Amino acid sequence: MNTPIAIELDKLTKRFGDFIAVDAITFKVKKGEIFGFLGANGAGKTTAIKMLIGLSKPTEGMGKVAGFNVDTEPEKIKKNIGYMSQKFSLYDDLTVVENIQFYGGIYGLSREKIKEKTTEILEELELTEVSKSLVISLPLGWKQRLAFAISMVHDPEIVFLDEPTGGVDPRVRRQFWETIYQVAEKGRTVFVTTHYMDEAEYCDRVSIMVAGKIEALDTPHNLKQQFEATSMDEVFLKLAR
Amino acid sequence: MFKIFKAFVKKELYHIIRDKRTLIILFGIPIVQVLLFGYAVSTEFKDASIDVLDYAKDETSIQLIQHIQSSGHFTLNKVLTSEADIESGFKEGNVALVMVIPKDFSSDFYGNNPLTIQLIADGSDPNKANTLVQYTTRLIQSFQKNKLQQIENPFLITVEDRMLYNPQLISAYNFIPGTIAFILLIISAMLTSLAITREKELGTMEILLVSPLPPLLIILGKVTPYALLSFIDAILVLIIGHFVFKVPLLGSLILLLLCCLLYVILALSLGIFISTKAKTQQQAMLASMMGLMLPTMILSGFIFPFSSMPQVLQVIGSIVVPATYFIEILKAVMLRGVGFQSVVIEIAILLGMTIVLLALALKNFKIRLE
Repeated sequence: MNTPIAIELDKLTKRFGDFIAVDAITFKVKKGEIFGFLGANGAGKTTAIKMLIGLSKPTEGMGKVAGFNVDTEPEKIKKNIGYMSQKFSLYDDLTVVENIQFYGGIYGLSREKIKEKTTEILEELELTEVSKSLVISLPLGWKQRLAFAISMVHDPEIVFLDEPTGGVDPRVRRQFWETIYQVAEKGRTVFVTTHYMDEAEYCDRVSIMVAGKIEALDTPHNLKQQFEATSMDEVFLKLAR
Repeated sequence: MFKIFKAFVKKELYHIIRDKRTLIILFGIPIVQVLLFGYAVSTEFKDASIDVLDYAKDETSIQLIQHIQSSGHFTLNKVLTSEADIESGFKEGNVALVMVIPKDFSSDFYGNNPLTIQLIADGSDPNKANTLVQYTTRLIQSFQKNKLQQIENPFLITVEDRMLYNPQLISAYNFIPGTIAFILLIISAMLTSLAITREKELGTMEILLVSPLPPLLIILGKVTPYALLSFIDAILVLIIGHFVFKVPLLGSLILLLLCCLLYVILALSLGIFISTKAKTQQQAMLASMMGLMLPTMILSGFIFPFSSMPQVLQVIGSIVVPATYFIEILKAVMLRGVGFQSVVIEIAILLGMTIVLLALALKNFKIRLE
């Protein structure tokens, strides 16, 4: 049980006035784990993630991400995590290389490091041929993988993926999950939200959030047994009701 | 830190260079606008056509008509014969002014009798009507002066006017400073607010906020390229003003440029402030148009003189609108050639506005992160 912990939350809470968006959530995520963070829209997922990535201060409770306190050390957290949002958030009017250079630049990487990373990403994603094309001309699936690679340009311990597969077709989604596995195998923790229940099956462990609370947390296999369901979809429906 | 900043500015420059719309706003609009204001919007006029209803038809009245024609401002359209014809010229739209010369003009003129010349102008364009009447009045006065001096009339008051700083009343002297103030504000404020809200729309702002970049650096990185380009704009307009429209530059060039820089920063702060409030590019565009463009055009005294505004608007215009102060500085330095001491109050006010706006913008920007 001595696996290092990547994320540790203890009764982390966020209130907006009387409304409790996140209600005392408590869990741990192990290093190298693929952790699925599920919940219906409005369940408080986004607010919880914002606290974890240092964009929002918790009202109560304790949270540690990559060993740093979410309340007092958000700047240190920001240096040690990667973040990819639903919109992929690349600059359409910049070329592939310029995007990599820019994000490498704002994370303060040295010129040599940026060069090295650029070649690495281009080769790994087989984007060398289009390296000087504007991002806007790339197919969605490529953009998605590029955004993922760029979110890890500074070699963070943990990557947060906020609905990374939205709007992408199933075949591309499966490909994308293969990349996620590769990343996790290298010991990087992947914290992913999704509303595709088939994707939940790919995660090592899954938490399901309902109305601000974590209602279930286990491996997909155990969750299905616990709720006597054949798929995660069923588990989710039973809980959400 | 500086390296990060450089990476940011570089990216911003790519955006600007690759976006035709931004380039047009940045360089097309200022040039077109200066040329438009300089050439098309002119309060001077030449060859306004005039009708004369001459009841006197004597030597003096004919001399007066010639005198008015020879000024170069008026051309004689028709000599009317009856009062009923006066309106037809206006209705057809080919006459701007009608002058009515009374009977016995010559004898009254030299006999020192009370004498009235009637001027009828088209009031549907009040500015033009006023100017025409003023010009004509001055011409009549000068005519009187010329004629009566020849017979030595000691009781005549002669008015001799001299327009300081703009002896020929060239409208470019007024329009160039106004246009600089107008363009700098619109360009800087609108472009920065657009650039920032665009990142919000794209979702890249989120990524930037999750990165270790401090918010201040994000703002500075976004604003610096626009500050530089707006400043280049200012110089461009000054050059056009000076060399194309011959607007003099009597004061210190360095003082002038420093004031431009201050004003650019003020405009950029306004842009940042707008972008903290606006969620989309469209909102930002509307806010800069309605909130900045109209007040700058209308309330700064640039197009309409303060003295002809209702008091409330005068107060608003002269206190709140930054362009008012900037135009004052520009005119003072360019046309009157005064130094720092004479414009120190205006500079202080602009500086104060900048600080307040920047503080507000920064505060709002931070709140958004929570």
